[in-house]
Amino acid sequence: MMFAYYFQLGLRSLRKNPLLTALMVMAIGCGVAASMTTYSVFRATSNNPIPGKSSQLYVPLIDNWGPEDAAQNKGEPPDAMSYTDAMALMRDHRARRQTALYPVAPSVIPADASMLPVRESSYAVYADAFPMFDVPFLYGGGWQASDDAAHAPVVVIGRALNDKLFRGVNSVGREINLDGRNYRITGVMDTWDPQPLFFDPVNTSGFGDPVQLFIPFTRAIDLKMATNGNNNCNKHSGEGWDAWIRSDCVWIEYWAELPSVAEANAFRQYLHGYAAEQQRSGRFTWAPNVRLYDVPQWLEHEKVVPQEAKVSLLVSLGFLLICLVNTVGLLLAKFMRRAPEIGVRRALGASRKEIYAQFLIEAGTVGLVGGVVGLLLTGVGVFGVTLVFDPDIARLATLNGSLIALTLLVAVLATVLAAFYPTWRAAQVQPAWQLKSN
Amino acid sequence: MLQIKPILVALKRHKAGTLLIALQIALTLAIVCNALFIIQQRLDRIARPTGLDETNLLTIQNRWVGVDDEKTGSLVRADVQAIRELPGVEDAISINSYPLRGGGWLTGVRTNPDAKKSETHTTQYFVDDHALATMGVKLVAGRNFRSDEITEIDPKAVVSAPQIIVTKTLADKLFPDGSALGKVVYVDDGTQPSTIIGIVERLGGPWNSTWSDTFLDNAVLEPYQLTGGGTSYMIRSKPGQLAAVTRSVPEALYKLNRMRVIPSERGVRTYDVVRSQAYKSDRGMAILMGVVCLVLLGITAAGIVGLTSFWVGQRRKQIGVRRALGATQRDILSYFLTENLLIGIGGVVVGALLAIGMNLWLVTQFEMARLSLLYVLAGVVALLLLGQGAVLAPAMRASRVPPVEATRSV
Repeated sequence: MMFAYYFQLGLRSLRKNPLLTALMVMAIGCGVAASMTTYSVFRATSNNPIPGKSSQLYVPLIDNWGPEDAAQNKGEPPDAMSYTDAMALMRDHRARRQTALYPVAPSVIPADASMLPVRESSYAVYADAFPMFDVPFLYGGGWQASDDAAHAPVVVIGRALNDKLFRGVNSVGREINLDGRNYRITGVMDTWDPQPLFFDPVNTSGFGDPVQLFIPFTRAIDLKMATNGNNNCNKHSGEGWDAWIRSDCVWIEYWAELPSVAEANAFRQYLHGYAAEQQRSGRFTWAPNVRLYDVPQWLEHEKVVPQEAKVSLLVSLGFLLICLVNTVGLLLAKFMRRAPEIGVRRALGASRKEIYAQFLIEAGTVGLVGGVVGLLLTGVGVFGVTLVFDPDIARLATLNGSLIALTLLVAVLATVLAAFYPTWRAAQVQPAWQLKSN
Repeated sequence: MLQIKPILVALKRHKAGTLLIALQIALTLAIVCNALFIIQQRLDRIARPTGLDETNLLTIQNRWVGVDDEKTGSLVRADVQAIRELPGVEDAISINSYPLRGGGWLTGVRTNPDAKKSETHTTQYFVDDHALATMGVKLVAGRNFRSDEITEIDPKAVVSAPQIIVTKTLADKLFPDGSALGKVVYVDDGTQPSTIIGIVERLGGPWNSTWSDTFLDNAVLEPYQLTGGGTSYMIRSKPGQLAAVTRSVPEALYKLNRMRVIPSERGVRTYDVVRSQAYKSDRGMAILMGVVCLVLLGITAAGIVGLTSFWVGQRRKQIGVRRALGATQRDILSYFLTENLLIGIGGVVVGALLAIGMNLWLVTQFEMARLSLLYVLAGVVALLLLGQGAVLAPAMRASRVPPVEATRSV
């Protein structure tokens, strides 16, 4: 009852000082909009791409370059693996599931001769990758470990590619032509677009087009498909494919699924042991330097959240703070201007508590209107995000339900918070003094 | 003359309002200084020259389909030949990467092959004798490659060439006395000597992020044509023909050989587009910070107007009394201006400290430079002026309060 009345009083008071009210509403609107726009980008880039399993999937790193190179990178091992180490880990098979992977660049040659060849984002992986990464399937599924062993010409394609090549019908069992060779489709993925692209931030900076093709790692190696991503060498690999494969150049990402802490610890021990073994055999002339990162640690390590997202979020939070300080001042002016009115109300028997309620609700009303303005400005801001960020990142910043709710909530809460001091001052008004001076 | 003491006494009675305005000025100064600094840094990055003659330049990304990597050499030669013969084309090359493309070769260079560590990093561009003409890069010493020096090579088998051309920045870095021409250096892991046969004025690396800043203008041109799955073409059109060439080259390439992919995004780009895409986030950040600064200053000014107006309203009676006792309109005006200046000075002192503190923190968190004190100074002046400007209207209104106000409703 009283709430509705105070809300009405609030609305009426908003109309009484239109300039002051407009100033406050704009300040809150701008502050909230700036924060929410930058927050939407920050939220998208610092998103947990695989919430259910982010603490079960691990990236092992092994220092195969030695302390001199590691010193240039704060003692960290290279953030990818050599073929030698990746294959040794695959052979030892110490995790529940594991896969080595690297980006490849095959071209799809459509059966329809009038269509030009196309390239899609593609990876070479092991069969374990599909259950490990929770890849959803529209038709069929991933291939089997036996296909890995047989270096089989099989492929998993994405929904978009299936739409393009087969008009969306179930294409499992049919063949597609990659670089002039036929591959049998074992599965069509449903739309799968984890952002950030956690399994390969090294080659994609974390954001990119959804993957549309997976082929067996073993098959890609057979066909001498070079990596489509980074290849880092600390010394010359020598001439030809075989020398490269045997070299200490790093270009493979390795993932292990370790569902429990005990298994993760055991795997860490194993990694250490592996590096120690390499030292004993003379391949490494340095003490073991290994890492085991889970998904959040790995994304942090790879600095997936762009610097722009952090700096602009910080600046806009500062901006919101200033808007609030501004609101405190304006509310103070607004409330104190009504000291006589407060005096009358107090003299007529209103308690301090009721003054508090009235003015906080009034401030909340200002906040709500500010929030609505902020929402409109956030809409403009999210649209303007394409100005600042890569299209790959900008497309992730959207004004969805939770952001709308958050915008309004932040606006109202912040304004009510800002109103505490002015309200306290208003409640301190001495009725007698006000009545006397008028 | 200024009466500071009574102003201070009066301010003591408005502690909250005074503190709020000062705080707002302080925070605004801290943010505006840092934002302006970020803007300046980003604009500096955007303005960096690549050394290319960027007008009339076209780039194409090409990837072969269904061809073994070792067998692409003749296909690339045929492409380049066909492009050079097209009407409107001045010259063209096949190259592994180019300035601002993002992604390229990075390696160490040293003058002493036995040195454990390389002296600096450099990018490597693999080109033929048409590169300087196509890129519009100026040779300042020595000579260009001869066509008989160009060889085809597997990217995994690259060892530095016997003759190389380097940028002036790299030459000066390796031989500070300016004697680089004709000297031998070791590119890569330092097994193969390379003689510097030419020096170009400037040529940037393919990267534009901060990690490459220390070696941005280091580049080595090597007389190699790489085989492999993909390559970039750089094409210089005759003046005014760029638009026509942008259409005709991809058509001609597909006509020559359909088994290729030229990506629909970023496959065919004029250099203007390459540049604007490379610096998109820098430009965007500068715009964003600019907008934030403007809105922030507007809001701070509005806050000052609002609170001062309130004070003026509250003090009408006192102003009337002062006027009745002989104060001129000018005295009242200068009272409010001085009051604002005092609050402003308090605010900017705190704000300057905040600005520097915030920058120091940003330096530790992000790859950012130290804030120049010039920005703080500029911010201080700007905010004091803003305060005076904002207070002007309410102060004028105060100065027009008539002395008769003193007699009303006492």
